[in-house]
Amino acid sequence: MTFWATLSINGIAFGMLLFLLGSGLSLIFGVMRIVNLAHGSYYLLGAYLGVAIMRATGSFGLAILGAMGSMFVLGTLMQRGFLVRLGTNVLSQVLLTMGFLLVLADLSLWIWGGNPQILPIPPALRGSFAVGEVIVPVYRGFVTAIGGGLALALWLVLERTRLGAQVRAAVDDPEIAQAMGINVPALATVMFGLGAALAGLGGVLGSPFLGVYPGADLDVLTLAFAVVIIGGLGSLPGTLAGSLFVGLADNLGKALLPELSYVTLFAPMALILAVRPRGLFGRT
Amino acid sequence: MGPRVGAATIAGLAALAVVAAPPFFVHLATLVLIFALLAMSLNLLIGYTGLASFGHAAYFGAGAYAAAVVTLRYHAGFWLAAAVGMAASGLLGALFGLLATRSRGVYFLLITMALGQVTWGLAYRWVSLTGGDNGLPGVPRPAFALGWPMDDARGFYLLALLAVTISLLVLALVVESPFGYALRGIRESESRMRTLGYPVWGYKYAAFVTSTLLAGASGVLHVFLNGFVSPVDLHVSTSAQAMLMVILGGSGTIGGPVVGAASLVLLQNVLSTVTRRWMLILGVLYVLVVLYAPGGIVGLLRRRRPRAWPERGPARP
Repeated sequence: MTFWATLSINGIAFGMLLFLLGSGLSLIFGVMRIVNLAHGSYYLLGAYLGVAIMRATGSFGLAILGAMGSMFVLGTLMQRGFLVRLGTNVLSQVLLTMGFLLVLADLSLWIWGGNPQILPIPPALRGSFAVGEVIVPVYRGFVTAIGGGLALALWLVLERTRLGAQVRAAVDDPEIAQAMGINVPALATVMFGLGAALAGLGGVLGSPFLGVYPGADLDVLTLAFAVVIIGGLGSLPGTLAGSLFVGLADNLGKALLPELSYVTLFAPMALILAVRPRGLFGRT
Repeated sequence: MGPRVGAATIAGLAALAVVAAPPFFVHLATLVLIFALLAMSLNLLIGYTGLASFGHAAYFGAGAYAAAVVTLRYHAGFWLAAAVGMAASGLLGALFGLLATRSRGVYFLLITMALGQVTWGLAYRWVSLTGGDNGLPGVPRPAFALGWPMDDARGFYLLALLAVTISLLVLALVVESPFGYALRGIRESESRMRTLGYPVWGYKYAAFVTSTLLAGASGVLHVFLNGFVSPVDLHVSTSAQAMLMVILGGSGTIGGPVVGAASLVLLQNVLSTVTRRWMLILGVLYVLVVLYAPGGIVGLLRRRRPRAWPERGPARP
C-alpha cells in the first residue's frame, strides 16, 4: 500500500511539474496556433541558469526569479523577432523552433559542459514528513503545492479577470477579438513570454530531483506534448488532467514495467486519441 | 520535360562515376542515397499529401532494428533481413497510420511525433531485444547476396543506387497518376475532395503506409552500411533532419529530397571535421531555410523560369 502511495505521490509531483510546461505550451497554441519545440529549451536554460544563480548567490528565490525573468525575455524576443513572421504554417514553425532548440542546446553544452548538474535543495525544503505510514519528501510537496497554486491562479485569471476574458476571446476567434479592440498581438507576446517563464520555473523546480543534462530539453518536451495532446490544445483543465495522467503513468510505468515504460505512457494516449482525436478537453 | 530528363541523365551518370572514387567517398555517397530515400518517402506525405509527419525516424529505425535482430539472432541472409525490415516498418506504419491519419495539420504532426517517441522509448528501454543505449553493433554484411557483391563498398553503393532509382521512378509514376493527383487534391482541400466523393481517409492511409515502407527500406540499407543501429536512428532529431532535407531540397518535387539529402549529408561531413559546433550550425541552417528559402533549393532554381500557369504550391514553410 505504501509502495503505491509513494509512487502516486511522486507521480503527482512530477505531473504538477509537467503542468508548468504544458500550460504554457497549451496557452501559446491556443492564442497563436504556434507549435513551439523550443519550449523544452526554456526548461533546460531555466534549469542551468537556476543552478548558476544558486551557486553564485545561494538564494533559491533569486534563482527562480532570474530564470523566469530571462526566459520571459527570451520568449518574447523569439516571438516578436521570428515566429510572428511565419503566420500559422505549422511546418515552418516546427522547423524554425527546431533550429532554436538545436542552437540553444549546443550553446548550453558549450557553456555548461556535458555533465549532469543538480540544484541543491534549499535547507528549508529538505527532509520529509509522514502522512500516516507514507513518507513524503518536503520538496515534492512543495513542487506539488506550487504547481497546484499556479493552476488555480491561472484558472482564476482566465475565468475571473478582464485580461482572462480577453485571452479567451483571442483563443476563440483572434480576428473578431482584434476587431472588438483587444490588442491581440500584444496579448500574444505576453502569453508567449509567460509560457516561457513558466517553463523556466519548471526547469528550476525540476532540477533538484531530475537534474539538468544535455537532452533534458527533448525529454521534457516529449512529455509536455503528451500532456497537451491528451488534454487538448488550448484547454487549461485539459492540461491539468493531462499532466496528472502523464506524471502518474510515467512513474507507475517505470516502476512496474521498466522495459516498456514509454509504452505504458503512450499506449493509453494513443487510445484516447483514437476515441477523441482532439484530446479529452479539446474542441472538435 | 526536357531539362528534367537532361538533369536526370547527368545525375545518373555522376552517380555511376562515384564507383571510381576512393572508398571514403563511396561510403559518403551511399549515405547520401540512403537519406535521399528517407527524404523521398517523407516527401510523399509532406509535399504531395500535405501531412507533416514528424516521426519518420520511427519507420527508418524499425526497419533497421528488425533487420539487425533477424540477422544477429537468427542468422538470416541479407534479402530475408531486408524483407523482414521493410515488413516491420510497413506493419508499424499500418498500425500507427490508423491512429495518425484520422487527423491532419498540427494534430497529425503531434501524434506522429508522439508515436515516434514511443518507438524511440522502446528501443532505448527494451534492452534485452535492442541492446538499449548501446544499440546493436556488429551486424554483418554478407560477401554476396544472390550473387550481388556486398562486402565491397562499391557493390553496396550500386545496390543503394538501384534501390533509390527504382523508388524514384515508382514515386514519379505514383505522383503523376490519378492517385497522385488525388493526394494533391487532399493537400489543397480535404473537405472538397470528400465532397467530390473521394475516400479521403483511404488515400491518406495508403500514402502513409507506402511512405513507411520506403522509410523502412532506407533503414535496412543504413544498418547494413554501418553494421550498427542505435536509438539515435529513431530519435526525433533524425525525424527533424529528414524533414529539413525535404524542405531544404524543395517539397513536392521529385528531385528536391535527393538534393536536400545530398546537401545536408555532405555539409555535415565537411563541417564536422572542421568544427565541433555542428549542432549550432545545423540549428542556424533550420532558421535560415525557413526564413529565406521556404521553397528549397529546387524552388530557388525554379523562380527564374516564369510559369505559364501559376500553380498552387505544395505545403511550404
